[in-house]
Amino acid sequence: MTLTVRVWRQPGAEAEGRMVDYRVEDVSPDMSFLEMLDILNEDLITRGEDPVAFDHDCREGICGSCGVVINGLAHGPEQTTTCQLHMRAFSDGDVIDVEPWRSRAFPVIKDLVVDRSALDRIIGSGGYISAPTGSAPEAHSTPVPKPDADRAFENATCIGCGACVAACPNGSAMLFTSAKVTHLNLLPQGQPERETRTLNMVAQMDAEGFGGCTNSGECTVACPKEIPMFSIANLNKEFLRANRKKRS
Amino acid sequence: MTDHSDLFTLGAPLVDGAAPSGPIEGRWDKRKFDAKLVNPANRRKHKVIVVGTGLAGGSAGATLAEQGYHVTQFCFQDSPRRAHSVAAQGGINAAKNYRNDGDSVYRLFYDTVKGGDFRSRESNVYRLAQISTQIIDQCVAQGVPFAREYGGLLDTRSFGGVQVQRTFYARGQTGQQLLIGAYQALSRQIDAGNVEMHARTEMLDLIVVDGKARGIVARDLVTGKIDTYFADAVVLATGGYGNVFFLSTNAKGSNASAIWRAHKRGAYLANPCYTQIHPTCIPRSGEHQSKLTLMSESLRNDGRIWVPEKMGDTRPPHQIPENERDYYLERIYPAFGNLVPRDIASRAAKNQCDQGRGVGPGGLGVYLDFADAIKRLGRPAVEAKYGNLFDMYARITAENPYETPMRIYPAIHYTMGGLWVDYDLQSTIPGLFVIGEANFSDHGANRLGASALMQGLADGYFVLPSTINDYIARGGFGDINAQTPEVVATQNEVTGRIDQLLSINGTRTVDSFHRELGNVVWDQCGMARNEGGLRKALDRIPELRQEFWSTVKIPGTGYELNQQLEKAGRVADFMEFAELLVRDALVREESCGGHFREEHQTSDGEAARDDDNFSFVSAWEYTGVGENPVLHKEDLVFDYVHPAQRSYA
Repeated sequence: MTLTVRVWRQPGAEAEGRMVDYRVEDVSPDMSFLEMLDILNEDLITRGEDPVAFDHDCREGICGSCGVVINGLAHGPEQTTTCQLHMRAFSDGDVIDVEPWRSRAFPVIKDLVVDRSALDRIIGSGGYISAPTGSAPEAHSTPVPKPDADRAFENATCIGCGACVAACPNGSAMLFTSAKVTHLNLLPQGQPERETRTLNMVAQMDAEGFGGCTNSGECTVACPKEIPMFSIANLNKEFLRANRKKRS
Repeated sequence: MTDHSDLFTLGAPLVDGAAPSGPIEGRWDKRKFDAKLVNPANRRKHKVIVVGTGLAGGSAGATLAEQGYHVTQFCFQDSPRRAHSVAAQGGINAAKNYRNDGDSVYRLFYDTVKGGDFRSRESNVYRLAQISTQIIDQCVAQGVPFAREYGGLLDTRSFGGVQVQRTFYARGQTGQQLLIGAYQALSRQIDAGNVEMHARTEMLDLIVVDGKARGIVARDLVTGKIDTYFADAVVLATGGYGNVFFLSTNAKGSNASAIWRAHKRGAYLANPCYTQIHPTCIPRSGEHQSKLTLMSESLRNDGRIWVPEKMGDTRPPHQIPENERDYYLERIYPAFGNLVPRDIASRAAKNQCDQGRGVGPGGLGVYLDFADAIKRLGRPAVEAKYGNLFDMYARITAENPYETPMRIYPAIHYTMGGLWVDYDLQSTIPGLFVIGEANFSDHGANRLGASALMQGLADGYFVLPSTINDYIARGGFGDINAQTPEVVATQNEVTGRIDQLLSINGTRTVDSFHRELGNVVWDQCGMARNEGGLRKALDRIPELRQEFWSTVKIPGTGYELNQQLEKAGRVADFMEFAELLVRDALVREESCGGHFREEHQTSDGEAARDDDNFSFVSAWEYTGVGENPVLHKEDLVFDYVHPAQRSYA
């Protein structure tokens, strides 16, 4: 296949950005989207131009590093990570737009690379169970009903890629935060910090400049790990509950 | 046996001075009791640097900070949560005996020593088995959502090389869930100000002052700024070096730079030729391939591996009748069948393909078939167990594994070699500790499934936090600052190297060099090796290194986010490291674990280990790029599990 790829180029955080057109030839349908960008970069380097900067690492859909907006969709036309999107999703002669995640809380560092450290700070504000090493009770002393364990697991699979934020018209981090709150608040181990966790994480989310949630649901469509809308409803419930408990 | 004295000089034997004596069951308790302690109030006066945030580094950073040390931690990714441990799929072993199937600490110890082909240390492995039960307790307390039974108790499954069911798992994302647990514990400490986290920052050198590791030189990958960081001890948790082969299951950023640069500062490198080839990887689809993807070994619990009996049979799998299929693992190894250890399964697949029975493009693949499992358990049960793995396979290959068997082929996966450490996990440089895949001690020549996660977390949560106290309590840390001559010299070397790389401005890309180096190492030092091929590699690697340093092209400057420059530094190190790897493979004149020397095999083609001559660790001392290194041998002693031919028949 031969493609025209229009890429957001921005040399640095303070620099102005613009879309630049590139032609990429000999694209095989078995290539991943990132391998297509590799080919573009090899060509750019050989021609003495600056290659396109993009984040990536495991290239098997689990580290959460990669993520770009492709033709207006976070991670592109399929519900997966950019590294697991293959070129068979495109056709010969296609024009493909590639842009970085767009959100006030994710400033651009260079080209397609953005700063997602706001998500780490949300976790640091309460997205954990305080269990210092070496003091844990025997694992079988805390049974967890299988349905709870399964639902906790589904929410724990969030890879923190930020697609939910990029897809949201408000730039909200509700899906990310709700996944963590749902994971930990469902488990018996997570109960002692249930209220403080919820309140602190929501406060941090606001402090980072993420937008509010209006239940548009775009996040769940873009989420490569299929975190459900239920989690957002659950965060709202947990938030009300925590506020009520705090007052009483 | 050939005399390889043209490849190295023999140094003094190496002895593990920290290893306790006495009955193996009591050694770890004895070591902990004998170790000096640091008063909790005094800990905050001490700084520890931790490089890497995977299972080993993340758990170590969190635990040291909980103990009261001030931790400065680094990762090259944008967040500690992205370390490559996140990609481990299958599970984590623990000798809990929840299945009442005869498991015990001793049996886990026994299986691991045997599975490692008698090239690991008994004391270390016993400690690992002992700690394994505590790891599960710790992770459950953190909220790691392990698979559960309907009664609410933890579920387990079995893994290659063992006959009990001791593997705890979280669907096919066990590594992710364990890493998220460690990352959350670390995040809590970052938020509390006990860990100073530097993401997008890469260690480029080790600072050694008065013979002790006292800090690192690191580059801020966003601004390009080179800075120095100081501490009383440095912990490397930087993972394995599998990417020396270019194509591997490792994340693209995984590299050997931290351990290689520490090696150049005096840390010995042990057993670099012990590379694990994993049997169940998705075969490569073409020249463009940038990395390989593993299908979890847990699939071998229910999947049956076969090839067509006839050579060059190109019929689609469903047209090949049952009596024309060869379920070769079940045939050759009836007791373990499809669950033989990784090295055995990998070599058997290679043999089938070499004989012309391979399937798929280029004949480099064998079938992993779930038809029987679907018939026996029903598709929903198979989906519940392996659903995400099947989806991943379908996504990458555009084939539906519920309807047609998966194709798999072996690939580079994990490296058992690494920096030499003693029982305290301290390298030959005092104050430099090495944990997880970056060290060498626990897996021998072959790593059994579900034991990498166990080792990473054992080292980080439990072993290092005990042993580092002893080192710090002994004190003797002089003041150092940015003007200390050793600091200035190391920093200058780092900046000089970067300037040199950027000034070459040649014609070839970094990736093209990396691919070529990878091909040389895979072809000559991969699953099967022989003296002729290894010698060829030893001729080619220095030439390639020279070409790299004269014709590589790196656009941009050092004062910005420059991903080509990052890669160039790592590939430059692989060019030096690869030579040591090949030397080690040449000198080890036996077949052992993942290391198969064609000259050393039994009459039926199985690996022939040579305990009389090679029951030792090769610990290499650096003498200069391309110079003959010094080989220090550490004899391995087996008091409990007596070396025997590994039989899985």
